[in-house]
Amino acid sequence: MVSVMASKVRQKRIAQLIARGKRLDGREPTDYREIQIESGLIERAEGSARVRLGRTEVLVGTKIEAGEPFTDTPNEGVLTVNAELVPLASPTFEPGPPDERSVELARVVDRGIRESKAIALEDLCVEPGKKVFVVFVDVYVLNHDGNLIDASALAALAALVNTKMFNYEVKEGEIKIKPGYKPLPLRNYPVAVTHAKIGDKMIVDPWLEEEQVMDARLTLAIEKDGKVCATQKGGDGYFTPEEVFEASKIAQQKAAELRKLVVKE
Amino acid sequence: MLKTSQKKPEKLIDENDVRSDGRKLDEMRPVKIEVGILSNADGSAYIEMGKNKILAAVYGPREIHPKHQALPDRAALRCRYHMAPFSVQERKSPAPSRREQELSKVIRESLEPSIFTEYYPRTAIDLFIEVLQADGGTRCAGITVASLALADAGIPMRDLVSSCAAGKVDGRLVLDLNDVEDKGGEADMPLAYMPTMNAITLLQMDGMLTGEEFEQVLNMALEGCKQINQLQKEALRAKYKVVKEAEAEKEEEGEKEAAE
Repeated sequence: MVSVMASKVRQKRIAQLIARGKRLDGREPTDYREIQIESGLIERAEGSARVRLGRTEVLVGTKIEAGEPFTDTPNEGVLTVNAELVPLASPTFEPGPPDERSVELARVVDRGIRESKAIALEDLCVEPGKKVFVVFVDVYVLNHDGNLIDASALAALAALVNTKMFNYEVKEGEIKIKPGYKPLPLRNYPVAVTHAKIGDKMIVDPWLEEEQVMDARLTLAIEKDGKVCATQKGGDGYFTPEEVFEASKIAQQKAAELRKLVVKE
Repeated sequence: MLKTSQKKPEKLIDENDVRSDGRKLDEMRPVKIEVGILSNADGSAYIEMGKNKILAAVYGPREIHPKHQALPDRAALRCRYHMAPFSVQERKSPAPSRREQELSKVIRESLEPSIFTEYYPRTAIDLFIEVLQADGGTRCAGITVASLALADAGIPMRDLVSSCAAGKVDGRLVLDLNDVEDKGGEADMPLAYMPTMNAITLLQMDGMLTGEEFEQVLNMALEGCKQINQLQKEALRAKYKVVKEAEAEKEEEGEKEAAE
């Protein structure tokens, strides 16, 4: 059983340790928790992956369906990212329509994939302006122990890499599915790296109790060549410009390490 | 989702470094700010930044409803960023979109560090931002005008929050992107900043930037925020100048009446 908030004494202890460059779970400031990735565990989905980041657990499933393109991109398929903070994942999650936490989570994961042009959406056009394929990326949080953004972005990337696109032919404007699959056309592999600021120190991959102590967080999504493709500051505190530059440098290193777990090159 | 039939111009910056709306690369759109323009609100302000027209109003600190949202040690800052249906090319449904929900959250988080919320435990400070016309950069203009509305409401603050975006368009780094530049450009980075505390309170970015460009764009946006900060201070002073003049007039009239 997990409590909703760490006790004040414990919060103070976490903050004191971090002020000395140490962490309660023994990690260095720039260490991630242990990461496990399993792909393809949902057969019904076109692609799926589960990421365990310490005790944080996120499952991502992808589905591909025919749909309409946006009017400003008639020749491109559509990417839709949604996130569910399932009530079984935390005592702080409640059933109901998505709250701002899940909306933000989905939109940050979406931006990393979209801005790095990870999916070759132009290959998913069936009939310009009329019919394209829609890639649904559904983030399903199963256990919340902090840093949902990085875990979800990593799981989304692993699920996209795992995604199989069915073969099809177009007969009289209708899509007919044929036997066999090919991989979803991917061009880029974005991952997210989140820093938490506690006092005047920064750490990567905050777990739940560190998130309860943190003043603010900063997420940088980094694409395969080390470019920054999305950024999001969260929380009620602030960062100085110097802290942002420092976080950006660390994020580039960490992103390369994380990417290797999903993409073997 | 935004649907537009507008075509993107071939080039957003010409060979003389002039942008599609005639600005230089590091030039901000013309800004007009007025403080204290709504009589019902405890504080209010209005901004025009290029074609953006945005109103902000503050109610509070006041009793909080529903009560379970009350915080025992500070005021709860609640923020709603909302776009009018007629503010964009194709009518936007008035129901809050996911984009508006996210922006409401990040705008609240950008202003929270500036307010002494601990002075008003168990109360609500409600902030409403209405975008009447949008032309790119509405969250930045929204934060700028909201910070002034908070100041106008007399809420104790550490600093004004000033906000401006910078980004990359046609391979060049530019300040304060408008709508076409945002859509057709390579990157957009909205930033909010409290100059006296050297504190970045909002930082988002979408697009692609190398590590070096990331720093350059951030520094450019910081300079923009500093310019905005000056304009905010002038607007705030202007309000009290008007009040002072009105009072002086009244006094004069009073003296005349007394003489008669």
